[in-house]
Amino acid sequence: MAGRSKLLLFALAVCLAAGGAHANSSKQSKKKKAKTSQKAPAVTAAAPLAAALPLATAALPTTVSDSGPEPQLARVFEAIEQNNLDQALQLTESLLKQYPNFRLAHLIRGDLLLARTKPISGFGAAAGAPTDKVADLREEAVARLKAYRSKPSANYVPRYLLQMQPDQQHAIVVDTQKSRLYVYANDNGRPRFVADYYISQGKLGANKVSEGDKKTPVGVYHVTASLPRQKLSDFYGSGAFPINYPNEWDKQQGRNGHGIWLHGTPSDTFSRPPKASDGCVVLANRDLDAIAKNLQIGLTPVIISNSVEWLSLDDWNKERNELNKTLEAWRTDWESRDTERFLQHYSRSFKANGQNFEQFAAQKRQVNASKQWIKVKAANLSVFRNPGKDEVVVVTFEQQYSSNNLDNAMKKRQYWKREDGKWKIIYEGAA
Amino acid sequence: MATKSFFRTQTGVTLRAIFFGAAIAAAFPALADNLPDVQKLIKQGQYPQALSKVDAFLASKPKDAQGRFLKGLILTELNKPNEAIAVFTKLTEDYPELPEPYNNLAVLYAQQKQYDKARTALEMAIRTHPAYAIAYENLGDVYAKLASQAYDKALQIDSSNPTAQNKLALIRDLISTSGKPGVKPQMPAVAKAEPVKTEPAKQAEPAKVATAPAAAPVPATPAAAPAPATPSVKTTAPTAAVVATTPTTTMAAAAAAPAKAAPAAPAKADAGNEEIRKALSGWAAAWSNKEVKTYLAYYGPEFKPPKGMSRKAWETQREERIAGKGGKISVTFDEPTITISGDKATVKFRQHYKAPGLSTSSNKTLVMGRSGGKWLIVDEDIR
Repeated sequence: MAGRSKLLLFALAVCLAAGGAHANSSKQSKKKKAKTSQKAPAVTAAAPLAAALPLATAALPTTVSDSGPEPQLARVFEAIEQNNLDQALQLTESLLKQYPNFRLAHLIRGDLLLARTKPISGFGAAAGAPTDKVADLREEAVARLKAYRSKPSANYVPRYLLQMQPDQQHAIVVDTQKSRLYVYANDNGRPRFVADYYISQGKLGANKVSEGDKKTPVGVYHVTASLPRQKLSDFYGSGAFPINYPNEWDKQQGRNGHGIWLHGTPSDTFSRPPKASDGCVVLANRDLDAIAKNLQIGLTPVIISNSVEWLSLDDWNKERNELNKTLEAWRTDWESRDTERFLQHYSRSFKANGQNFEQFAAQKRQVNASKQWIKVKAANLSVFRNPGKDEVVVVTFEQQYSSNNLDNAMKKRQYWKREDGKWKIIYEGAA
Repeated sequence: MATKSFFRTQTGVTLRAIFFGAAIAAAFPALADNLPDVQKLIKQGQYPQALSKVDAFLASKPKDAQGRFLKGLILTELNKPNEAIAVFTKLTEDYPELPEPYNNLAVLYAQQKQYDKARTALEMAIRTHPAYAIAYENLGDVYAKLASQAYDKALQIDSSNPTAQNKLALIRDLISTSGKPGVKPQMPAVAKAEPVKTEPAKQAEPAKVATAPAAAPVPATPAAAPAPATPSVKTTAPTAAVVATTPTTTMAAAAAAPAKAAPAAPAKADAGNEEIRKALSGWAAAWSNKEVKTYLAYYGPEFKPPKGMSRKAWETQREERIAGKGGKISVTFDEPTITISGDKATVKFRQHYKAPGLSTSSNKTLVMGRSGGKWLIVDEDIR
């Protein structure tokens, strides 16, 4: 009898593991373009296992590890796989001491206890358990274990972080499918992995289009404010950081909605299921507190992707250099006052400030005709790739324009899109 | 033959009673005086009479295990669970090698829905006697209850569904001390509609539980560690009389040891200790003086009333039990052991409670938290 329940639990553990592998492989086949993208997670299980070992010896670590409950959760499932249900229960109970409101751990504890009394049929064996809630917790288990088993490798970086401006100390990258948020530090322009955390996204997934669609937006954003706990209801937990959805690009694409935040969880909840919010990115309170220290209001980029693409450092360097060259060409071509050459950097589908390409070109030709000289300086440059199937990058910089009859300084944002192999500006405006 | 499930409590928990064989009387031939009379009175359901008789017996033999065990049973019958818990708790402390008091303690805790405590007690019962079938069945039920509580927390559902009947069995005799062949704890005298688990399964499973010390905090009683896998009841104390005369000092010392081990380190008599001691005195004084408001003010806002009671219900209950009590109450305590860590402190002490008709001593653990310069109780635990 005990044997049978073990087998069933074992089946559950295997099924969770297999679920992970399956999801990985399906993604790989879908994305033939970004060959490198799936390589990063291919970290062997040995490294995280070794990392988990100190936890095994230390009785109830009191310090918060960036990896949160995942190492212990992984050990629970490992114990289940090895038919060591007593150990699994013990581990689960110690996990609950650290995270008393961790519903997933309560569910596993229930299963392990129930398995002592009768054969159980699998994950969430509670009689009459609401299937949607069990499914939510199961998804959370899969998301956490997968993320734990595929920590980003040190030699790969998210493709989006091509160039951080010098004063951006950190960048946030969110992978909605993996339910994961990654924090990167700006190490002289090169993103260096700091930590990753479990997150919840919109109930209906990502790619927000309109108000109330319960989806999380995908794109390049930044935090615009910090709302302290005192100003919020308990629902938002330890605080909130709104982001600038919809951004210029979203608006141009006709996307609307508002109030997309990074925020915490209610005080009686350690974490919410992977798909739970109305579009916000939700973190455990302790995790929100941890990343809050790294968030610079108005500055820290928050890049939300369906599925983060990873580049080897070589590929990343190549992409970054190519873009820097393109931007430099745009700048010098502007200074050259050769308007037609300058306009080659702009897409035929360019649209900004109420102008289409023709109107914009006509204006530039007229303005440039009156110039005897032009100087353009671009400082504090950042280049972030926009997640999604279109190849779009978001470029932000402080532009100092001077000429014989006009001086102007502004913060400028451009969206460049690769068209027929060439990067072209499709939008530009004040940031 | 005893009636089936004649225990009924306010929580609607039905206790499965083990029938009380005629052999039992013979099992305690050496019993002094009137214990058989007490048993007869219990059998006849004359609990108040049984209680006064057993109290009279205990007046002359206050340490007697059998007498105290019967008193615990009577108090359970009289629906005085807290007093019964106190009796059985004390028995487990004085005779940690006896599984029955642990089992009955577990039954009482389970009635109060304190399943974690029930589990710990049952695991102790099994540790002392690995082949104790009733404890296993009870433990199975407790695991199921704990599982259901865990599911409630996981799924945010309220499973206090009335159909889930609890059926923990109260043990009615100190069988393990009888040494009487044929009086085995596994005796399947329990007429149960439910199919009893098969013997081999029971042997296999328990062994696992017993050998792998679970996470449950277990009072260290190394002396009680049994030789595992002895299906027949091994007894060192051949009769109850021996139990009764066993110098309890060694037992008590062994039981008390874990409590005293920690404080062995010289406790710093720092300011925090002093503040806590003061709070404790104030708390006990308010209780003794029936100043309910003052008494309740010693409990912080985070304090979770037992049994999932609401704060309000708990306060009302405390008010009834303190202010509503006729006669004098006296609450005193022995020198507490105080462990402070930051703004939290664990305070362990022996509490002596005296009121008309009841006098108990119990080991109490208070978890206190400092807030606004005051130490308030955030958790209260009697062991």
